[in-house]
Amino acid sequence: MAMLEVEGLTKAFGGVVANNDISFSVEEGEILGLIGPNGAGKSTVFELLTGFHSADAGRVRFQGRPILGLRPDQINRLGMGRTFQKLKPFQRMTVEENVMVGGLQHDADLGAAREQALTALYFVGLLDKRNADAGTLSTGQRKRLELARAMATGPKLLLLDEVTGGVDQRSIPALTELVGRLRSQGTTLIVIEHNMQVLMSLADRILALHLGRKIAVGTPREIQEDTLVIESYLGAAYA
Amino acid sequence: MTLEIIIQAIISGLLMGFVYALIAAGLSLIFGLMEIVNFAHGEFMMLGMYAAFWLWSLFGLDPLVSLPICAALLFCLGVATHYGIIRHILNASMLVQICATFGLAIFLRASAQFLWTPDFRTISHPIVEGRVEIMGIFIGLPQLVASLGCLLAFAGLYVFINRTDTGLALQATAQDREAASLMGIPTDRMYALGWGIGSACVGVAGGLLAMFYFIFPEVGFLFALLAYVAVAMGGFGSITGALFAGLLIGLMESLGGLLIDPSFKYVFIFAMYLVVVFFRPQGLFGRY
Amino acid sequence: MPSSSPPPLSPPSRATVDDASLRAALDEPSRKPLSGRQKALGCLAAAVLLAYPFVFDGPFPQHVMIMIFLYALMAQSWNIMAGYCGQISLGHAVFFGIGAYSSGFLFATYHISPWLGMLVGIFLAMAMALVIGIPTFRLRGHYFAIATLVIGESVQIIFQRWEFVGAARGIWLPIVRENAWLNFQFNESKIPYYFIALGFLALATLAIWRLERSKAGYYFRAIREDPDAASSLGVNITLYKTVAFMMSAGFMAMAGTFFSQYILIVDPENVFALSLSILVLLMAVMGGVGTLLGPIIGAAVLVPLSEYTRIYLGGTGGAVDLIIYGALIMLICIYKPDGLIGIAKQWLGRRPPPEETAHGDA
Repeated sequence: MAMLEVEGLTKAFGGVVANNDISFSVEEGEILGLIGPNGAGKSTVFELLTGFHSADAGRVRFQGRPILGLRPDQINRLGMGRTFQKLKPFQRMTVEENVMVGGLQHDADLGAAREQALTALYFVGLLDKRNADAGTLSTGQRKRLELARAMATGPKLLLLDEVTGGVDQRSIPALTELVGRLRSQGTTLIVIEHNMQVLMSLADRILALHLGRKIAVGTPREIQEDTLVIESYLGAAYA
Repeated sequence: MTLEIIIQAIISGLLMGFVYALIAAGLSLIFGLMEIVNFAHGEFMMLGMYAAFWLWSLFGLDPLVSLPICAALLFCLGVATHYGIIRHILNASMLVQICATFGLAIFLRASAQFLWTPDFRTISHPIVEGRVEIMGIFIGLPQLVASLGCLLAFAGLYVFINRTDTGLALQATAQDREAASLMGIPTDRMYALGWGIGSACVGVAGGLLAMFYFIFPEVGFLFALLAYVAVAMGGFGSITGALFAGLLIGLMESLGGLLIDPSFKYVFIFAMYLVVVFFRPQGLFGRY
Repeated sequence: MPSSSPPPLSPPSRATVDDASLRAALDEPSRKPLSGRQKALGCLAAAVLLAYPFVFDGPFPQHVMIMIFLYALMAQSWNIMAGYCGQISLGHAVFFGIGAYSSGFLFATYHISPWLGMLVGIFLAMAMALVIGIPTFRLRGHYFAIATLVIGESVQIIFQRWEFVGAARGIWLPIVRENAWLNFQFNESKIPYYFIALGFLALATLAIWRLERSKAGYYFRAIREDPDAASSLGVNITLYKTVAFMMSAGFMAMAGTFFSQYILIVDPENVFALSLSILVLLMAVMGGVGTLLGPIIGAAVLVPLSEYTRIYLGGTGGAVDLIIYGALIMLICIYKPDGLIGIAKQWLGRRPPPEETAHGDA
């Protein structure tokens, strides 16, 4: 049984059909990349999977359990975590306190939660900044914080929304390596990315969306050569 | 309980509703620009009423004649408030912003009480007085004129916001401060303008009310309370919403007092608000 | 499996060094212990508070302190909701009034001990918080604030018409001369009131102190900072908002009972007043919202200001005290938006050195 099974996921906002009958599955331990030009509906898939919006139609099973209609906090407790494209640090709390919020979901005991939190901070390389206010971090550091926070909840499936977005070139390899290490720890990942180089090295499979529909799924090599995908990004002339 | 009495109540409710709508519109305009609720709005109105009173008492100017002066004075007050206070708290937390305007409200109300005593004042024999009878319905002439005045001011506001360049610049600043300033729209001046116009609205309402309402330092409280409810019910930031909600509140106040119980009419207005936002948490026309 | 491996980033030796740093971080205590200076100041403050009513034994200075304690208690209650959980209530007087009416009514009508009446009041206030909270917590920011405002006003209007509890006249508590402690009424001296009020305030402050170090405390603050992010991390928003609201309501009701036993008159004009809700908010924010001592400082500054200016400058027609009040509030908002606690923290030497803002990424 796949860790995540999505069937016929559909969502419309007013007249715009953001997700149109999307179906896919994610196997345990793999990294699934999710690509598509802007407006393809990638973030909407995340919103629906994590309970921030209600789907119009479709079924989603996480580890065999149907999850559509559950609240975000319930879904997180089942083992699915996420980061946000528009970063949401708890500004007036310190880095450590931020990750503690995640850790407390995993362990109600403050001491154990703190251990979880500090380990997550160590993993992403923010340990030395643990007493800084989250509002003072740079973008790259905030991305790491967001990651550590979600990690601290101990998810089996982690949804990463544009990890390298807005991060300068120099720092991308470090972040990429971080995501790779996550997988080697046993976390399954779905990663929305615009940066194809990153996905080429990270993803086992890639799912391509265009205007709300799934247009291709396959290995990175296969996707790179898929005419529909190329067409969606660059136009028919280049297909 | 004849039909005539009910129609009477509906008409007077609607008339008052236009006044509430104008007061709420000013509040909504300011909120739409910078997401700050002016908790001193009632006190601004009170000052508008006092301005009309003193212009009448000292210079013999009828409220209708002094209306432009009241509006101008309140406009200046709004601009001064922005430059003196609001500009410094634009980036502060919502709580601090609430407190700052509460502080202003306390300051203005106490100042009015200190300068002019708590005595109730009225303007006697304004140009517009007495009643008219239209098809068996009696309407107080000052109330009718006040209502029309507010309606005209509201229409003027609507046209200004939606049809003039400056109004569009205001809208742009409201929707995206940074993008607007990148387009060359001076944000700070837009804010000041917004405060000025919003305050002028409530100055017009106050000046018109002065024709027939008692004037005293606490007078702003109830009007402001109803205005906050109107703005929230209509949807923060929506001028159209302010109109609908204002009228609805005017109707509810009048009909509720007549048909149900005069002492609980405000409870029904408040209950109406709670019902509306229960089903539409962003208000009738709100975008947040 | 990825076909190409990313370029190695960190030198291999860094791994062992960082391991040690993780262990060191884990060994560190999660909160800095109080410095010797802070402990000394704390003891001094405690000594002053305990000795005060005996040194200043006139009724007025004692009254001022009692009012400070009472308002500080209310500001602390409000602080739990707004400061720690981020829900701004403009109708908090509702819970104060319920507390006052519950114990006042039970005492006046059935001579039930006000301590028991207080428990009833706390229970009713918490129940009310639950009932109000469930439908209103879906509202954000200003919509929620206005909702609490209108609920507060509605309750006041209802009580003004409700004959069962005395309508506008309210409840006049009988003066009893025996069993002062059981009846929570002290006619000879204000000193017992002083220590009870101080005790209530200490209880509320202790509760917040424990809250800061608990799971609920972290969750409250997460909700305040970003509800969506909190939700994605497993925080049940509605549940925790409700808990915060109920805690807050309970302490307000406590204050209400104290008030009714101190003043011996409970009427809608005084106990459900919007001005009370606003005052409580102002004190918490002026002092420093979301902090442990901020509301106490806010009350300690604003209550004497109000009481003394009213005596020396005010009276019924003067209103000069309010002019100063309003001006002071505006000034603090503009120049010290973090509240007076910022100044106090500098004195206590607790303000940490400003963290360097990072340059560059990763």
